[in-house]
Amino acid sequence: MRLGLVIDLDVCVGCHACAIACKEWNASGTTAPLTDYQPYGAKPSGVWFNRIRSYEVGEYPHNKTINFPMSCMHCEDADCVTVCPTGASYKRAEDGIVLVDQTKCMGCNYCSWACPYGARELDRESGTMKKCTLCIDRIYDTFMPVEERQPACVLTCPAHARMFGDMDDANSAVSVVIRERGGYQLMPELGYNPTNHYLPVRKATPISTENLGKLGFKGRLKGVVNKVVKR
Amino acid sequence: MHPAFSVIFFTVSSGAGFGLFALLVLADLLGLGGGLSIDQKLTAGGLALFLVAAGLSSSVFHLANPKNAWRAFSRYRTSWLSREGVFAVMFYPFAIAYLGLTWLDMSQLAVLKVVVGVMAAILAWVTIFSTGMIYACLKTIRQWNSPLVPANYLALGHFLGGLLLLLIANNGTVEIGSYVAISIGLSVVAGMLKAIYYFWINKPGATSTINTATGFTRGTVRLLDTGHTHGTFLTEEFGFQIARQYAIMLKVFVMVVGFVVPVLMLATGQASQTDIYVAIALASLGVVAERWLFFAEARHVVNLYHGAQRT
Repeated sequence: MRLGLVIDLDVCVGCHACAIACKEWNASGTTAPLTDYQPYGAKPSGVWFNRIRSYEVGEYPHNKTINFPMSCMHCEDADCVTVCPTGASYKRAEDGIVLVDQTKCMGCNYCSWACPYGARELDRESGTMKKCTLCIDRIYDTFMPVEERQPACVLTCPAHARMFGDMDDANSAVSVVIRERGGYQLMPELGYNPTNHYLPVRKATPISTENLGKLGFKGRLKGVVNKVVKR
Repeated sequence: MHPAFSVIFFTVSSGAGFGLFALLVLADLLGLGGGLSIDQKLTAGGLALFLVAAGLSSSVFHLANPKNAWRAFSRYRTSWLSREGVFAVMFYPFAIAYLGLTWLDMSQLAVLKVVVGVMAAILAWVTIFSTGMIYACLKTIRQWNSPLVPANYLALGHFLGGLLLLLIANNGTVEIGSYVAISIGLSVVAGMLKAIYYFWINKPGATSTINTATGFTRGTVRLLDTGHTHGTFLTEEFGFQIARQYAIMLKVFVMVVGFVVPVLMLATGQASQTDIYVAIALASLGVVAERWLFFAEARHVVNLYHGAQRT
């Protein structure tokens, strides 16, 4: 099993709800707390597992804004795990989830140097490295209804831009959508083989704006009626 | 990369200590300059062990959770950071045994002394190499992911170690010509390797770009919004940037103050003890500046997500 996320860049609206839901759940989850520094001060900062950035792709007028959520990619070849000197960072054999054992971490930051995706953030309060757990305390919780056994970010996304599933199963919903929509990995040239995939923006023909000035019979009739009737 | 002072001090100090010890063993084996006295060997060995210990303890200060530092010896099978710690600790018993046997000076134990001395020297080399590999194994930082990095660490450690050995050898009883020659030779090698490194990292080569980082490879990509109002761990740790002119000035400083001036001072052939002290001070200053620049010039690929077009 190789659990991970698929993020649909075509429908992500950049609302940051996934980041908020992540913070809400994980602030009391297995690696809790996610410390905030000066949350109401002049320089608010803190530990987050999920961050959303926005990019402009292409040149005006052929440009497009793309919102880009990023969390741990749970890489197959995770250098963050192999460089860890204490054995705090590990990748689970059964489902490929990369975790940090908070009782073993010495806070040397070396794993964050090895991560190309910025997935790991040091908590200055606990002195340990923290990262996305893929909501391991939700997805295996048998006390939850089956449909809620998903990461908090996936459940909360109002645009359904996030999907969770098993990439090893060729017929899982995530594998099918990666295949059909051309899902891709970030920075494949570094060879980390990230589990999380991104779905590119769909090719859509733009809505024509050429005949907007000329009205048909119905439109002209409407215009006359609108002038006659007072509202 | 953010240049952390504790790591700069650690790598410079322990590198010099390991370099000094390895050179001490070689000088002792070859009987350079008629051979060092027992006092000189003990002074040099003691200084080397002190520099290594000071460096290693300084490295603990950059840990956010030092109470787990002892666990760092456990993952030597995959982690260069762990290997460095293991080799550094393995070095100590051999080094102390070598100094003990030097102090005892018994002819029956001469072979044993050579064996433990050579072991200590090999472990010193392997440890400096591991220090370099901590940085060189990271695929995320182009400026570090190069075999020149461990080569530089080895050369610079021996360069400083050679100067310290010269300082201790220069007490009037030892013929110091060979020690001066070794110091000059090491500074030429270290300076040249560093110059090649600076030349190399100036060429971008094939690197990750904002396009491969986001996957939008068919058009220009510009950052609109980072998604945070103030800094994050990522901007603090990886956001550090150094202005180009400032970096060039520092490189000139490293080359001139770190290598050229000490070589010229020694090359006169009549360097006094004070001159050697000054040469060591200048060389150390140069190597500290070099180490600071090594971190300051390293650009992590995560900066691509914060708007950098390439690393």
